[in-house]
Amino acid sequence: MARITAGVACSHVPAIGVAMDTGITNEPYWQPVFKGFEKSREWMKENTPDVIFLTYNDHCTAFDASCIPTFALGCAAEFQPADEGWGPRPVPVVKNHQKLASHIAQSLILDEFDITIMNEMDVDHGLTVPLSLMFGEHGPEDTWPALVIPLAVNVVQYPAPTGNRCYNLGKAVRRAVESFEEDLNVMVFGTGGMSHQLQYKRAGLINPEWDKRFLDLMTEDPVFASKIPHVEYLREAGSEGVEMVMWHVMRGALDEDAVEIHRHYHVPASNTAVGHIILENRAA
Amino acid sequence: MTKKDYEDIPGTFVFDADRSREGYHLNQFCISLGKQKGRDAYTADPEGYLASFKMTEEQRQAVRDQDWNRMLELGGNVYYTAKLAAYHGINFQGLAGLMTGMGREEYRKMMLEGGRPIEGNRYKSEWGEE
Repeated sequence: MARITAGVACSHVPAIGVAMDTGITNEPYWQPVFKGFEKSREWMKENTPDVIFLTYNDHCTAFDASCIPTFALGCAAEFQPADEGWGPRPVPVVKNHQKLASHIAQSLILDEFDITIMNEMDVDHGLTVPLSLMFGEHGPEDTWPALVIPLAVNVVQYPAPTGNRCYNLGKAVRRAVESFEEDLNVMVFGTGGMSHQLQYKRAGLINPEWDKRFLDLMTEDPVFASKIPHVEYLREAGSEGVEMVMWHVMRGALDEDAVEIHRHYHVPASNTAVGHIILENRAA
Repeated sequence: MTKKDYEDIPGTFVFDADRSREGYHLNQFCISLGKQKGRDAYTADPEGYLASFKMTEEQRQAVRDQDWNRMLELGGNVYYTAKLAAYHGINFQGLAGLMTGMGREEYRKMMLEGGRPIEGNRYKSEWGEE
């Protein structure tokens, strides 16, 4: 049987990808960002999953304003790193576990989560930066150490799905994974955040107290965290901070008493507070 | 129409369905510049390319003026306008420097020093706005 062993949450700031792709991660500006992922990369090497169910948002790359699915599940065999206006990132093609993805799609819909199925989709920095952070440098000729099932969540046009909806979707993903016959180690990623605002006169907002409380809640009270209303994210964590609802998909897929393995928090990466947490199920 | 609980946040446009409707053609123009084909077409004939999108004249003028805040006021969203900014060689941090009126260097310095604090920046009333 397939099982979910652990969850990872982390920021997906595009500038982090640029820093890795241009080899400047040891510069004083970037060094503290990447230092916090050294332990994560060691842990990933020791616990490499077969499949990562990766929750992220597309930044008007695969979806422009003409079509805005709330939840879109990648069911294609593979996903190319997208050209976001400055050429594709030099990272490997993302390969799917297509049978598990199809099984999850079917299971979620019958579980009353009306997701969109994507049989063609390029993936942007929202998906590839977390893989780079957790697996380190991999060039376009390499392969990622795990297969990846992408779940793209709309967080660009308000409203994003509620935290509660995301949390319950995580539970449904777990039911789907645990009803798949192949023996697989599956991890769930939630990406984005932490506090940041990219637009208009309040751009640059950072709220470390709020972010640290959110990290605490991921470990101590995920149900409470899942009830945080959108207006609190928008006001306290910035208009783009609302993307942290995606962390609840990861959290919902784990045991309520999952154990915190590691966390990291740093300001800034470009316009954003970088946050990261690893949680492991006790049975894992 | 019910009051929106996020409209009292200062210096912020929440890109909701109303804004998306108003900004649709502006945003579709911007996102077309994410691809080489769109960039080439805009470079070859800026006015002709702009005219091929059903924007309002105000939106077109904001594009010509590179008036980033005006674009947001007219329904633009930053993930879209950032593609127009990239076309003009401006990255996200440079764009934020322009939108805040701080300029690139001062904005970058603020971020290095921990960013814009939340204190005094939660409500429009704290900015002396309605």
